[in-house]
Amino acid sequence: MEAVEHRARELLRAALAAEDFDAYDRLGFLSVPGRGDPSSGYAYLVYPHRPLIAYETRTGRLLSEYCVRFRDAGGRLPDADDVLAKWLALQGRERELIATANLNPPGHQLDPDHVRRDLARLAEWRASRHLDSAAR
Amino acid sequence: MKLVRMRPGRGDVLLAEGDPDVAEDEERLIEAFRRQLDLGMWAAVPTAQHGRREAVMVRDFAEVPRDAERVVFYPPASGG
Repeated sequence: MEAVEHRARELLRAALAAEDFDAYDRLGFLSVPGRGDPSSGYAYLVYPHRPLIAYETRTGRLLSEYCVRFRDAGGRLPDADDVLAKWLALQGRERELIATANLNPPGHQLDPDHVRRDLARLAEWRASRHLDSAAR
Repeated sequence: MKLVRMRPGRGDVLLAEGDPDVAEDEERLIEAFRRQLDLGMWAAVPTAQHGRREAVMVRDFAEVPRDAERVVFYPPASGG
């Protein structure tokens, strides 16, 4: 892994809970609950340099794509920094972030089947973590 | 406390570092903080509360918790 991306991952690791960083490390994306509240009923899948995907947490129904970017002097942040920027903004400025984003229906940029597979991977990963911690 | 900024091609860059309880350090931290906001950067402080990791956006150095480990500056969001 190039040094810049490694550095960005270390900053992401320092900010996130261990479980969330582990999800990104293994799955390549995060899930961030809406309003910072796991009981809100919705969450966002956060990929590097791809739209945010809002989904219903109970059913997995895809709700919207929010295309947002963080550009500096025309350049692109490293992947992990892009993920961190989205996580930070969702934590502290969700409404503003969503209002700024270009809103599209599911499937506009990301293949909905791919996203659903990722949701299934996330569910499997969470279940395996639960089993691991129960076994200890 | 560290003030870092995410930069394309570089990852996070250290802008300033110091103890906000030391007057000289605090002055330097405030100056670096204000410069980033003047440049239009967003500022966030990752926090840990009740075992949960969260973040607060800040617009003034006075809003940064004194015991914060770092303040992260990054470009503002725009529609993609």
